[in-house]
Amino acid sequence: MSASATTIDHAAPPEAGPRALIRRLRHGDEVAHLLTLVFAAGILLITSLLVYELWINSHLSRAKFGWPFFWTRVWDPVFDDFGAAPFIYGTLITSVVALLIAVPLGLAVAIFLAELAPRRLSDSVAFLIDLLAAVPSVIYGLLGIFIVVPLVRTTIGPALINTLGRVPVVGAFFRPPNYGVGFFTAGLVLAIMVVPFIISVSREVLLTVPRDQREAALALGATRWESTWQVVVPWARTGIMGSIFLALARALGETMAVTMVIGNDPKIAASLFAPGYTIAAVIANEFTEATGDLYLSALIELGLVLFLMTFILNGLARILIVATERGGGRPA
Amino acid sequence: MMRKSLLVVSLLLMLGAAGSAQSPVLLNAAGATFPYPIYSKWFDVYHNEHPNVQINYQSIGSGGGIRQLLAGTVDFGASDGPMSDDQLSQAKFKILHFPTVLGAVVPTYNLPGVTAELSFTQKALAGIYLNAITKWNDPEIGKANPGVNLPAADIVVVHRSDGSGTSYIWTDFLSKASDDWKSKVGKSTSVNWPTGLGGKGNEGVSGLVKQTPYAIGYIELIYAVQNNIAYGKVQNAAGKFVKADLAGVTAAAESAAKEIPDDFRVSITNAPGATAYPISSFTWLLIPAQISDADKRDAIKGFLKWMLSDGQKYNEGLTYAQLPKAVIAKETKAISLVQ
Amino acid sequence: MSRLRLLWRKSLNGIMLSLTGVAAFAVVSVLFLILGYLLFNGGKSLNWDFFTKLPKPVGEAGGGMANAILGSLKLLLLAAVFGLPVGLMAGIYLAEFGSKTFSFVIRYTTDLLNGVPSIVIGIFAYSLVVLPVKHFSTLAGGVALAIMVIPITVRSTEEFLRSVPGSLREGAMALGASKWKTIATVVLPAASGGILTGMLLALARVAGETAPLLFTAFSNRFWSASWSQPTASLPVMIYTYAIATYDDWHRQAWAAGLVLLMLVLLANLGCRLALSSRGSARSA
Repeated sequence: MSASATTIDHAAPPEAGPRALIRRLRHGDEVAHLLTLVFAAGILLITSLLVYELWINSHLSRAKFGWPFFWTRVWDPVFDDFGAAPFIYGTLITSVVALLIAVPLGLAVAIFLAELAPRRLSDSVAFLIDLLAAVPSVIYGLLGIFIVVPLVRTTIGPALINTLGRVPVVGAFFRPPNYGVGFFTAGLVLAIMVVPFIISVSREVLLTVPRDQREAALALGATRWESTWQVVVPWARTGIMGSIFLALARALGETMAVTMVIGNDPKIAASLFAPGYTIAAVIANEFTEATGDLYLSALIELGLVLFLMTFILNGLARILIVATERGGGRPA
Repeated sequence: MMRKSLLVVSLLLMLGAAGSAQSPVLLNAAGATFPYPIYSKWFDVYHNEHPNVQINYQSIGSGGGIRQLLAGTVDFGASDGPMSDDQLSQAKFKILHFPTVLGAVVPTYNLPGVTAELSFTQKALAGIYLNAITKWNDPEIGKANPGVNLPAADIVVVHRSDGSGTSYIWTDFLSKASDDWKSKVGKSTSVNWPTGLGGKGNEGVSGLVKQTPYAIGYIELIYAVQNNIAYGKVQNAAGKFVKADLAGVTAAAESAAKEIPDDFRVSITNAPGATAYPISSFTWLLIPAQISDADKRDAIKGFLKWMLSDGQKYNEGLTYAQLPKAVIAKETKAISLVQ
Repeated sequence: MSRLRLLWRKSLNGIMLSLTGVAAFAVVSVLFLILGYLLFNGGKSLNWDFFTKLPKPVGEAGGGMANAILGSLKLLLLAAVFGLPVGLMAGIYLAEFGSKTFSFVIRYTTDLLNGVPSIVIGIFAYSLVVLPVKHFSTLAGGVALAIMVIPITVRSTEEFLRSVPGSLREGAMALGASKWKTIATVVLPAASGGILTGMLLALARVAGETAPLLFTAFSNRFWSASWSQPTASLPVMIYTYAIATYDDWHRQAWAAGLVLLMLVLLANLGCRLALSSRGSARSA
C-alpha cells in the first residue's frame, strides 16, 4: 500500500465496509467531494425552507381563494378580496421589456469591451460598470423619477406612439395616454439596472475564450465580426446565458426602483404606457402596513406565485438552451 | 482585519464609557411614518435630558408598528390609525392608545393656466376619487369656484401606492363625505382605488402631481408647507371652505375633545365647528398596559409625561398641531394605567 | 468567393463592429451619467460630520451617518462570512464533482433563489432569526444578505472554474496531484479573477439592498452595541431619508448613496490589488 495519502490506486478493486469508508474518507478527494456536496445541498435546504415558510404563511389566502387567485383581477384590502392577475401580468411585461432592451445592448457592449477595446480601457470601463451593481435600487428609483419619467412622458413616449404605435399588431402596445410612469418606464429602468450584470459577466466569459479559436476562424478567412459572432460568442454561450439568468432574476424580484416608476395601479392594459403593478412592488409597498391576517397571507401567496413564475421561466429558458445546443459551444 | 476588529472593539469600549453612570435603558419602537420627524426630535431631546434612556424609533409604517408590537419584537408602537377591536383582541396583552400630535392631509393639484386657489366640496373630492367626476369643468367643482375658468380636461387622479396613515385619514374622510365611497371602497391604509396612479410616499404623490398636467393628489400638510406646494381648500361639516393650517387642525381636535372616549380611539375627520379643518387626525403611541421591566416602564412613563408637557412645545416648529389642553389633561391621568 | 459576397461580408463586419461601439458608447455614457449624478448630488452634501456623527432629528443641521456606515460594514462582513463560502463550495461542487441530476437540481434551485424578491428573503430571515428571539438584530440582517450573496457566487464560481482549460488540470494530475489538490492549487488560482469578480458583484449587489434589512437589522438611531442589536445601515437610511419630506435629509440620502458606492469601490480595489500581488494567471 503506498504511503502517500494523496495518490489513488486505480487498479485496486473498490473496498467495502465501515473501515473501508474511513479509509476512503482519509483520501482528500472524498472529503472534498463530501464537503462541497454538503454546501451545495445547503442551498437546496435553504430554498426548501423558504418555500415551506411561504407555503405555511399563505395558507389562509390559499384556502379562501384557491386557484382563482391566479386570474382574479381585484386587489381590495378593505373588503378582503385578493387576486394575483394584474401583478403576474406586470411582472412578466416589465421583465420582458427589460430583457429586450438589456440583452442586445449588454451583449454588444460586452463584445466591444472584450474583443475590440484596448485592454486597459476595457478593464477600467468594466471596473466602473461593476460598481453600478452596488447602486441601491432606491437611487435608481429616484433617478427614474427625476430623469426617466419626464423623458418618457415628453420625448420617448410620443416618439414611440407616433412610430411603432401605427404599426398593426405591435401598435397595440404603444398607445396613449402616457403619463410617464408605466410598464415601459419600469422596463427601461430595470434594463439600466440589469445591464451591468450582463456586461460584466459576459465580458469576463468572452475573455476566457481561447485565442486559438479566434485565430482559427480568422485563418479560415472569416471577418472579425464573423469570427466573433459565429465562433467566440457561441463558445461563451453558457456563460452569457448565465448572465441573462442573473439579469432576469434581478428584474423579476426588483422592488424599490420599480414601485417608484410603474404607477402602482393593479390593472391589466395592453399599452406599455399604462400604469401597472408588479408582485415585488406590491409586497414592498403593502407588507409593512398590512395588519389583517388574510391580507398578509395574500401578500405572501403573491411571493409564492412569483416563486412559481421564476420556476417556470427558468425551466422554459433551459429548454431553449438545450434546443439550441447544436455544438460550437465549449465542451461541457 | 486585525485593525478593523481593534477599531470595533475600541468603539464599543467608548460606547460603554459614554453610557454614563446609570445602566442604559434601551427601548425599541416602530410605527407610523407621518409623525417620524417630531418623534425623532422628541426622542433626541429626551435622550439629551436623560442620557441613560435610548429610544430607537423606526418608521416602518403604522401597520408594521402594530404587527411588531403584537409580535413582541418592539417595546411600543405608533400608528396613524387607531387599532381596531379585532387587532386589539389579537394581542396577548392590553394595549393603550396615547395621542401625540395632530396632523392634516391636503389636496394638491396641477392645473396649467389656473392660478387661483381652488375650493373643493366633499362631494367633489369623493366623486373625483370614485371616478364619477372625470373632468375638471364638472359643475360640482365649478360651483365651489365661481369665476375660475376650469378646463374641460380629464382629471388624472393620484393616490398613495404604499400603505400609509395618510391614506387612512384621506379615506376615512371620504367615507364620511360619501356613502358611495364607504360602501364601495372603505377606509384603510391601503384600499382598492377605483382609479388613479400610485405614488410612493408624499414625495411620490407630489412628484407625480407636479409632473402631470391636470393631476390631483393628497399629501400631508407638513409636506406641503415644507416644500411650498400649493394646496386647495376643503369644505368642512359646517359648510365652510377651510384652508388647512395648524389652527384649523387644533379646532377640529377641540370639538372632538368634548366627546373623546377613554381609550382615545377617535376619528376627528369631518369634525363639527366653523373653523375646523375636516381632514385632520390624531396619531397615537401604542403602549402595553403591563410592562414587566421596571426600568423600561419608568422610562416610558417618564417620556409620556414629558411628551405631554414639554414635548408639545416642539410641535409647531415642525408644522404639527398641538394637542388640545383637554386631551392632554385626560392623557396625563391615563399614564397611571401603565403598570 | 464572389466579389459581391465579399463586399457584403466586409460591410456587415464594419457595420456590426461599429454598432457595438455605438452601443458601448450609449450604455457607458448613461452609466457614467448615473455615477456623475450621484457624485455631484452626493458630493455636495459630504462633510466630515457625515462620517463621524450620529443622525440628528429633522430640522437640525449637521449630524451624519457614522453608525450607518459601520452598520453596513458589519452586515457585509456577515454576508461575506456566511454566504461566500457556501457559494464557493457549491460552485466547486458543480464544476468539479457534480452528478448529472443532482447538479441540475442545484443549479435550478440557485437560479430560483436568485429570483426571490429581496423583501421575501427579508421576511424569511425575520421568521427564522427574529421571531424566535423576539428582537431585531444585526445577525438577522447578515443572514438575509448572506442568502442573497449565494446564488451569484455559485454561478460565477462554477462558470469560471469550468473555463480553466483541461490541459491545466491534466498537467497537474500527470504530476501526481490528486483531484482536490489540483483544484486547490491549480484550478482555483487560475479562475480566481473571475470568481473574485463574481463575489464582489454579489457583495456589491447586497450592499445596496434595503428591503431585506427592514425586518431583520431594523435600524438604529444610536450605535449598535452588539451583533444581537438592531443596526443602522446605509441603504435603509437612504430609503428613509429619500422618501421623507425634508430637503436636508434628501441631500444626506444622496451623500449616503455616494458613500455606499465608495465603500464598494474600495472593497473592489482592495481585493483586486491583493489578488494581483499574488500573481494570478488568466488564460486569454
